[in-house]
Amino acid sequence: MLNMDMNITESANKFLGNKREKYNLKNIYANYGIIIVFALLCLILSFASPYFLKEKNIVNVLRQTSINGLLSIGMTFVILTGGIDLSVGSILAFAGVVGASFSSSAFAALGGIVHPAILSFSISLLVGMVLGLINGSLVAKWRIAPFVVTLGMLSMARGLTFIYTDGMPIPNLDKSFLVIGQGEFFSIPVPVIIFALVFLMAWIVLYKTRFGRYVYAVGGNEKSAKISGISTRLIFLAVYGISGLLSALGGLILTARTTAGLPQAGVSYELDAIAAVVIGGTSLNGGQGTLVGTFFGALIMGVINNGLDLLGVSSYFQQLIKGAIIVIAVLLDTLQKGNKD
Amino acid sequence: MENEVLLEVRNISKTFPGVKALDNISLTLRKGTVHALCGENGAGKSTLMHILIGMYRKDSGDLVFKGKKVDFALPKQALDAGISIIEQELTPIYDMTVAENIFLGREPVKLGFIDYPRLNKMATAVLNDLEVRIEPTQKMKLLSLAEIQLVEIAKAISYDSEIIIMDEPTSAIGEKEVENLFKIIDLMKKRDKGILYVSHRLKEVFTIADEITVLRDGKHISTESIKNMDTSKLVSLMIGRKVGEDFVKENSPVGPTLLSVEHFSKRGQFYNISLNLKKGEVLGIFGLMGAGRSEFLHALYGLEKPDQGEVRIENQKVKICSPRDAIKNGIALVTEDRKKMGLVLTSSVKENISLASLKELTTGLFIHEKREKLQVVDMVNKFNIKITGLSHLVKNLSGGNQQKVVLGKCFLTAPKILLLDEPTRGIDVGAKREIYKIISSYTSEGYGVIMISSEIPEILSMSDRIVVFKNGSIAGEFNKAEANQENLLHIAS
Repeated sequence: MLNMDMNITESANKFLGNKREKYNLKNIYANYGIIIVFALLCLILSFASPYFLKEKNIVNVLRQTSINGLLSIGMTFVILTGGIDLSVGSILAFAGVVGASFSSSAFAALGGIVHPAILSFSISLLVGMVLGLINGSLVAKWRIAPFVVTLGMLSMARGLTFIYTDGMPIPNLDKSFLVIGQGEFFSIPVPVIIFALVFLMAWIVLYKTRFGRYVYAVGGNEKSAKISGISTRLIFLAVYGISGLLSALGGLILTARTTAGLPQAGVSYELDAIAAVVIGGTSLNGGQGTLVGTFFGALIMGVINNGLDLLGVSSYFQQLIKGAIIVIAVLLDTLQKGNKD
Repeated sequence: MENEVLLEVRNISKTFPGVKALDNISLTLRKGTVHALCGENGAGKSTLMHILIGMYRKDSGDLVFKGKKVDFALPKQALDAGISIIEQELTPIYDMTVAENIFLGREPVKLGFIDYPRLNKMATAVLNDLEVRIEPTQKMKLLSLAEIQLVEIAKAISYDSEIIIMDEPTSAIGEKEVENLFKIIDLMKKRDKGILYVSHRLKEVFTIADEITVLRDGKHISTESIKNMDTSKLVSLMIGRKVGEDFVKENSPVGPTLLSVEHFSKRGQFYNISLNLKKGEVLGIFGLMGAGRSEFLHALYGLEKPDQGEVRIENQKVKICSPRDAIKNGIALVTEDRKKMGLVLTSSVKENISLASLKELTTGLFIHEKREKLQVVDMVNKFNIKITGLSHLVKNLSGGNQQKVVLGKCFLTAPKILLLDEPTRGIDVGAKREIYKIISSYTSEGYGVIMISSEIPEILSMSDRIVVFKNGSIAGEFNKAEANQENLLHIAS
């Protein structure tokens, strides 16, 4: 008996202490390939444009990345369960104008009363989350394909936005509202700080809690997850709720940056978010992928946008180049993983 | 009498990165014979078969088929030359019909369109040969695992190849279908076909094989005529050491009733099932395919809602509406199909084993990672799961090790009642014995096991009591002393 216990401890040590197994070249490439790609991209751009590595530009890139970054984090949760959320851009717009309407002296329907920013933010976030939960409940309870559910929401939320604003921007936002998009803290833009904090929280949720494990399990094999006693419906519900919530947060930041609630904001943002997640190596089949990958995926998208602007590439060519980079990035990832089937 | 040589494997070797999978293997398959290929998981059987059908390329050695040297680069070349295979992993196209699956890529064509009436007629003919009652127009996804396997068998036979390789062809089907398969094999022998047969069920091997080749760790161990071989000799050749009799559950004291099920019914699946399980007991459930065994177990576990019926655990009435309720009440389930309903293949060994127990491993908001690791390591050791790290992805493990991961996951929830559905399907002798041992010691602690098994020797040696299901009802019950192969089959069919 004592001997057996010894064996267990010995092999426990073998497993617990054996961290070195990870550090061979192939694993480094598998785990950090995206970082290498990102670094190379930065290197190339720093030679191509002397302005690229200037502090001002770096801050600029981060600020521009933060909104897509937030959407991508939510999208990661959804895609890890094997789903997709096409409605993030529209939810962003609707939550954005709803938030703006409570902090604008120009929004007649609410009497032009300026409420405290904290109230506007709360209502906006709640609206985003509720729309997300509607997506989630349709997916979880009625088993409608996520693509269809969120495609419907893409159109409905956009429609709601135009109805709510009558198609007009909502200007004259209170100063306290603008902080979320334009403020700085020790010369770091507030959106960047928010992105960083949300990323950290999302990482903790995904890798340190039961919920995170369940997200991976449900995406990897829903039936097995169910047999293991997981309430798979709750997981589906929650990931779409998270995605809606983060879309609303992105909407508030965008509204504050543009100093007005714009009904046409966020059109096709879902594509950039999906691109960031996919570039980050997350499988659209669910169950496989990392949040760190998404982080760098979003940064890569940001750097490409910025770099092409700096190099004076016309916006027509920008689209062509961006599309090609997305496909090549995923192709490289697939080749490296050896997904032959 | 020596039959004419059909296929000769000469000194074939194959190396994968880090593993010598085949080391100088030779064997001869003669016309009108069944040549069994035996060995534990990882012995090299699959690699050899995959070389024969053109899935892998050999590193060295020769393949001589009907007197000519061949080297297949693609499965299609092997198929065209006359070698077909029944694969162990079933890979049907679920959204196509049975007939479409059987004749995939060989559909009869009329005026450029598929001639469906003829296609279905052809499929009916093949299925009738096997005495299988499956509609050729049925969608594959509506079939049970056993039926899918029968369709795959029909498909392989329909090629009318010179050589048919059968890799665990009976892993999912019942005894009666096995008998039909054996009849077909006899027929094919008479037609001078050669059959390479791989099965973990040694009884089958002794029933139909003419010759046996044993592989171990990629090496050729022995080739013998069936007349010079017996089970214990074969097993010792396969695992490389002498073993005694097959494992038998150690007699553990059978205590008071642990679980009782009353009047369990679900329309179209099972009717009025009442049974009980005592502490320390293994209750076997035997039955032919479609008898409602798995469906009953799933309902007991809360995966399906029964129309009526009542469950008591230690005399307390319990309501089990979901797997969560089942786990809470100390019930664990090992499903029949570990890949589809047991594992998260894309996740690691650790994440799989702890998945059902994370609630207990969470303190506050966060998973207690150190405790998780220790408990997982405990299971890895208990089941002797062969891995080098807990972060190994489950999809890269062998079948036996995958099954042990599923068992580890169940055991970590500390169940009082273990429901096992074909717990040793498609895994090697060594792993089987380990699993039997664990079941045995588990029951000796006063817990109970309900085990579905289609393998008669397994159910006979492991069960204290056996109930037989037939058409969704209990057709009979035997205690250990009464049960034997004849009366089980008699009652079940």
